[in-house]
Amino acid sequence: MAHKSELIADDIEAYLKSQEEKSLLRFITCGSVDDGKSTLIGRLLYESKLIFEDQLSALEADSKKMGTQGDKLDFALLVDGLASEREQGITIDVAYRFFSTEKRKFIVADTPGHEQYTRNMATGASTADLAIILIDARKGILTQTRRHSFIVSRLGIENIVLAINKMDLVDYSQQVFSDIDIAYREFARDLGGIEHITAIPMSALEGDNIVDHSANMDWYTGPALLEHLETVGVRDAAQTKPFRMPVQWVNRPNLDFRGFAGYIASGTIEPGDRVKVLPSAKESTVKSIVTMDGDLNEAVAGQSVTLTLEDEIDISRGDIICASGDPAEVANQFETTILWMADEPLYPGRPYLLKIGTATVNATITRPKYRIDVNTLAHEAALELDLNEVGVCNISLDRAIAFDAYDDNRETGGFILIDKITNATVGMGMIHFALRRSSNVHWQALDVDRTTRASIKGQKPVVLWFTGLSGSGKSTIANIVDRKLIAMGAHTMMLDGDNVRHGLNKDLGFTDADRVENIRRVAEVAKLMTDAGLITLVSFISPFRAERRLARELMGEDEFKVVYVDTPIEVAEARDAKGLYKKARAGQIKNFTGIDSPYETPENAAITIDTTTTSPEDAAEQIIEMMVQWGVISR
Amino acid sequence: MQTLTHLQRLEAESIQIMREVVAEAENPVMLYSIGKDSAVMLHLALKAFYPARPPFPLLHVDTTWKFRDMIAFRDDVAAKNGLDLIVHINEDGVKRGIGPFTHGSALHTDVMKTEALKQALNKHKFDVAFGGARRDEEKSRAKERVFSFRTSDHRWDPKNQRPELWRLFNARKNKGESIRVFPLSNWTELDIWQYIHLENIDIVPLYFAAKRPVVERDGVLVMVDDERMPIGPDEVVEERMVRFRTLGCYPLTGGVESEAATLPEIIQEMLLTTTSERQGRVIDHDQAASMEKKKQEGYF
Repeated sequence: MAHKSELIADDIEAYLKSQEEKSLLRFITCGSVDDGKSTLIGRLLYESKLIFEDQLSALEADSKKMGTQGDKLDFALLVDGLASEREQGITIDVAYRFFSTEKRKFIVADTPGHEQYTRNMATGASTADLAIILIDARKGILTQTRRHSFIVSRLGIENIVLAINKMDLVDYSQQVFSDIDIAYREFARDLGGIEHITAIPMSALEGDNIVDHSANMDWYTGPALLEHLETVGVRDAAQTKPFRMPVQWVNRPNLDFRGFAGYIASGTIEPGDRVKVLPSAKESTVKSIVTMDGDLNEAVAGQSVTLTLEDEIDISRGDIICASGDPAEVANQFETTILWMADEPLYPGRPYLLKIGTATVNATITRPKYRIDVNTLAHEAALELDLNEVGVCNISLDRAIAFDAYDDNRETGGFILIDKITNATVGMGMIHFALRRSSNVHWQALDVDRTTRASIKGQKPVVLWFTGLSGSGKSTIANIVDRKLIAMGAHTMMLDGDNVRHGLNKDLGFTDADRVENIRRVAEVAKLMTDAGLITLVSFISPFRAERRLARELMGEDEFKVVYVDTPIEVAEARDAKGLYKKARAGQIKNFTGIDSPYETPENAAITIDTTTTSPEDAAEQIIEMMVQWGVISR
Repeated sequence: MQTLTHLQRLEAESIQIMREVVAEAENPVMLYSIGKDSAVMLHLALKAFYPARPPFPLLHVDTTWKFRDMIAFRDDVAAKNGLDLIVHINEDGVKRGIGPFTHGSALHTDVMKTEALKQALNKHKFDVAFGGARRDEEKSRAKERVFSFRTSDHRWDPKNQRPELWRLFNARKNKGESIRVFPLSNWTELDIWQYIHLENIDIVPLYFAAKRPVVERDGVLVMVDDERMPIGPDEVVEERMVRFRTLGCYPLTGGVESEAATLPEIIQEMLLTTTSERQGRVIDHDQAASMEKKKQEGYF
């Protein structure tokens, strides 16, 4: 890695010392293949002398074989990575490149520029301090320039380098340069969010204004690209913001130590500082900042540390430790901008996982308020969001989280959305603000209905009504189903005929009227449970069709499923786990189903289980399988 | 206001990645290859969980052809830091007598390294494995995610990678699937050496130049590390000042002639050198886009 410094050969120790003070700049390059983006990056690597001789000779060979530059080196070949895209001639993913100069180390996120790769660009932009927006001097500001600028501004990158490239093809004309510069600044002002723009005329192919000032453009007095990248102010601004540290992991090596490990998202912290932990809002004082290199007197944004506190308060992963005087907000409903990143569209109402900071919660997204056309920036009505589309949506969570508006803090205001079934990362988003009741009556009234409650839980509500003789195995099977559902993360409730008679229905006897009232109450309770979005398992002998019909009519057809546990009376009586058959045979119990009261076989059971041939475990599995087929739950 | 240096930022980011894994994985493991990158990765793990010890074991896939110095160093490091070390050898490969001299580098690597790694991961049911790979090593690695998702048969699908936004890593997976995590993704070779220098991290002595017995074979200096090394009739074993820029199986790792016996001298040599690090490795030259292919198959 042939760096230029003479110190390397003369005094390596001094050189290493000087290198310890290097800072780090991350930037993203936005542009299309046609704009010469890969050429620019290849040129930067080449000029910073980071290309080895073996790579250079490979490049020379490749340039002759596949290059598009005749006898010249095709720098683009240095950066195009995976085999398939090398053949297609396009960059399809985000690639990270590294180079360093005497002053700085650079990490470049190289992303494709076409509209179908908006998500890749956003990925690269999410960690960038600066964006280079490439413009072909012959073409000026294009639709894609607007799209790239829009994404960059939404992701909060304040520094832009407007790289007006291919100046060699417009005779290094100052007029062309300044026309584009002026037009862009006007556009950026309308767009908002971009603080600093530095326009540089260049030719990546010829090397003009990349490292050294170009002799071809005397009229340009600003910095060359590399010079600018080496000196531009990096976002130490994070340190001036209020202290935030999402808790990643609680460190408890022994009973005497309890530390909270995390990456400081913003601000600074010292022992003795007062902190507030959100969402619990409990306060304490920082006792020490622990690292393997010794306790620190101060820690700042961008460091990974472990904090201990003076008080024993309950803190776990997902909480944010904040400056007590300037804490983050806490809420469970937000207005957000979402960029959708999956082939399957964003379906409003479907539950997703939302990860923000170190917290992962269940989220439901409303219908987009509007979609933003990334090319024209126009607001459009939309029912859903497709791949690479950007929209403004409300989100509601199943519990409150600590957050900041994304514009105030990138680390605590950005989130990803995860599909609960495939576990893929399907979207990214930025919080605008929390929705308060006053500003949100409409949403409350319309959307928090039973479907929403259920969709937050990732399921459809349903009543599984287990019917069958006493001792048929209803409760046994229902219990296994319940356990399995819980293990799958479903939200369930179990209502057992016997148990209900100890509480809610303990005033009822066994007269005909009482039997009807008994079943009406159980059915009503089951209905309330489905309104709450729960999967409700009712285990009830319920021998009469009329009783079961009564329950069915309270709920929708789709939400009431009869599971007939079919066990012949001889088998049930032989089991007689509770000794009831014996008592009934002895005449000690009257109106006992199957003995001196009939059991009416269900006519339209959704599932019939023959317990003489099916084990309870297998029966439960069948029932779960049916529930998956009905779309009640997903595996 | 305190400006963090690039190494401080890289360190903090790697630690953040490791803690995310420990918080979200069920059964993580650190793949420890004994080389300089593993040394840095382990050092970062010690920092990340201090004062606790790293809450995962180290796994070394031993091809039985590693330099003897590497094995001694490995056992020493594990003992000194009180770490749980798992050594896995593909016993089936040993039975079949697979070795680099008899079966060639490609088959040897496939059986004793790639296959062995899969065996070990399956056997211990590790769901997340830390690896020391860096994006600057090779072109196809530039696009590898920090959290690299693997199917239940350990395959990598470069077309179907999860986007990684901000510092928010998605570590969720279904049963049987696994994730390889690369905390050193954004480090370069120079960063690694600078950090080793700055933090006084112990590395295998083979990195430093010393008189060693070598044979020159097809222009590569192969060290005679044990009696299994066949010496051809025309070959001469010579004592030369050599060091190794990368470490692996001794028959597959060429030494370079060097006088660099201290860390600053190594860094100096590296900065003035004109060939890239991976050139010393025999496996990369097997076929075009070979790393990419190996990675899809489960090689690190």
